[in-house]
Amino acid sequence: MAKITYIAADGTTFVVEAENGMTVMEAAIHNQVPGIEAECGGACACATCHVYVEEPFREIVGDPSPMEEDMLDFGFDVRPNSRLSCQIRVSDEIDGIVVRVPERQG
Amino acid sequence: MSAPIETDVVVVGAGPVGLFAVFELGLLDIKAHLVDILDRAGGQCSELYPEKPIYDIPGYPSISAQGLVDKLKEQAAPFGPTYHFGQMVESLERLDDGRFGLTTDHGTTFRCKAVLIAAGGGSFQPKRPPVPGIEAYEGTSVFYAVRHMESYRGQDVLIVGGGDSALDWTLSLAPLAKSLTLLHRRDDFRAAPHSVDQMRELVAAGKVRLVIGQVTGLKGDNGQVTHALVKDSANQNIEVETTRVLPFFGLTMKLGPVANWGLNLNENLIPVDTEKFQTSANGIFAVGDINTYPGKIKLILCGFHEVALAARAIERIVFPDKKQVFQYTTSSSSLQKKLGVL
Repeated sequence: MAKITYIAADGTTFVVEAENGMTVMEAAIHNQVPGIEAECGGACACATCHVYVEEPFREIVGDPSPMEEDMLDFGFDVRPNSRLSCQIRVSDEIDGIVVRVPERQG
Repeated sequence: MSAPIETDVVVVGAGPVGLFAVFELGLLDIKAHLVDILDRAGGQCSELYPEKPIYDIPGYPSISAQGLVDKLKEQAAPFGPTYHFGQMVESLERLDDGRFGLTTDHGTTFRCKAVLIAAGGGSFQPKRPPVPGIEAYEGTSVFYAVRHMESYRGQDVLIVGGGDSALDWTLSLAPLAKSLTLLHRRDDFRAAPHSVDQMRELVAAGKVRLVIGQVTGLKGDNGQVTHALVKDSANQNIEVETTRVLPFFGLTMKLGPVANWGLNLNENLIPVDTEKFQTSANGIFAVGDINTYPGKIKLILCGFHEVALAARAIERIVFPDKKQVFQYTTSSSSLQKKLGVL
């Protein structure tokens, strides 16, 4: 289990309990967190579940894979801490993670 | 404009459900033409996740999305569907004789007895980059596709992106343009390695300028861009002089012209009944991800069920005097003849 905090572009905060094995994107969709669209349904085939991973979790979740980097090219306002939330697995290690949702999803 | 194509049914969308519709209609002797904005069949399966396994197609514990599309094409082949790729149905109207008239953005026109909308999440269209105010320049100095290379001659061209489209047009337009800048978020490109090598040679020879960064805004007057505002890799804001901007940010799905066909819509979906999968207009049916009804789930297998029922309803329109008989492909010699297996 991990507690995930999503901070929307307008500052609204959503705190969600997620089961291990699901993705940070799925946890957002299941809990109706706004701003995460996941147009492709989690296939790493769009860039509409883009989030910014806050410290100190950037290192824990690691860098995007080359395929994810390719998809991030389609993202809006991509930053060094950008990730696609469909590619971040929930595990005990990420308990307490904070991700910010960009102003828009491409 | 050439003469209209006469057929029984026009299927809008050649994804998995549109392909299976050809099969179900074909068993009932109904001829279909398919129109799709992409350049091949398969819809999202081929465009978004061709390599991904699908685990909930009955009879296939696991099949790749492209594998499923290939099988569906094979299954539809005995009925000789005609595909019209790279086109989007723009208008749909009911004609005086009760049939429908459809026109694509390429000017292809159809006359048909029924329309089956299998358009999934809508039509794939170039993604508009998240640049404030970009709309004001679109069609004048910002373009999402190159239609006439000549119109780039002598221009200060800015190409944004790192995939094959961006690189291919960089190579093709560099000799024509007054100047060409390629802008990409990182110094790593998805495009074919050979194109990337060629681009790097042009950069080394001073014929192409490569900037690593992201566009944050555009400056100009009356639709004519003069400068792009760019945040470069060092987080510095710079201005790039440009008269033609070509952003290549991939594709996204938009409902598109379907919204203008006079059908009732509910949150960008088309409500249908669950007997015929007919829309608010007689003779126009909607199947697959684009429709909605109580209990709807967006699964390919649900789309398959929907086309089987819609095909029976379409049969009554195409052959109003024919007595409907129900036959199994396992035992009907007439169905097996149609399939070319008898």
